[in-house]
Amino acid sequence: MPPETWYLALSAVLFCIGVVGVIVRRNPLVIFMSIELMLNAANLAFVAFGHRLGTADGQAVVFFVMAVAAAEVAVGLAIIVAIFRLRRRLSVDDLSLMRW
Amino acid sequence: MGPVAFVLIAGVAVGSALGLVFKRNPIHGALFLVVNLGSVAALYLTLGAQFLAAAQVIVYAGAIMVLFVFAIMVLIPGKEETGPDPRRAYRVLALPVGAVLLALLVAVVAAGARGRAPAATAAPDGVEAIARLLFTDYLFPFELTSVLLLAAMVGVLVLARRRVN
Repeated sequence: MPPETWYLALSAVLFCIGVVGVIVRRNPLVIFMSIELMLNAANLAFVAFGHRLGTADGQAVVFFVMAVAAAEVAVGLAIIVAIFRLRRRLSVDDLSLMRW
Repeated sequence: MGPVAFVLIAGVAVGSALGLVFKRNPIHGALFLVVNLGSVAALYLTLGAQFLAAAQVIVYAGAIMVLFVFAIMVLIPGKEETGPDPRRAYRVLALPVGAVLLALLVAVVAAGARGRAPAATAAPDGVEAIARLLFTDYLFPFELTSVLLLAAMVGVLVLARRRVN
């Protein structure tokens, strides 16, 4: 059984890869997937802390994060599809106006 | 089992995460993300969180990624990231920013590992512990989750509706 510190380090690595993805990519769908990556990294840290403290509270929090992530993905993809219908292009660099 | 398994699974997780970020084709990125979610589910199993591992595969790798792949197929944005990047100067900064963030986080984790951690108690493994928590201590948030999902569903229907003039 590796120590929980290893899990936290892996969680930090995955989170940073997600941050780089959000900054580097131009496609909003890939940016969205990078956000999912960051959520997962945070979930891993929650489970590792819960395992360390000997409670299931960390797992309960991760359960709620999963529910929120599912709702977020549904709404976010609907927004992206609506933007695509209006603009016919899909690059975050074009989306500089709040309304037009 | 043990450290070897952790290193193997962690390698798969990091590699697939890098694939998501650096592959140009979004559909390849989506498939890499499925691999990443699966490896994180395996890590949940090593931590004794069987329920979360199953939920991860069903909710994330199943439902959410199908939604992503569906959206990618509908929008066909495959050609978008091939041209010259108009804001390359900003994006080159991403790697140092990520490196600094990683250094900070690893420093925090290392400092925590050196400090005196509470003695590891026997973790309540299995589905039973989380089920008891969800239906006792976390009952109100659990019910709120259903309201949230309903609100998200209504919002998606409103957003995706084709406006008829």
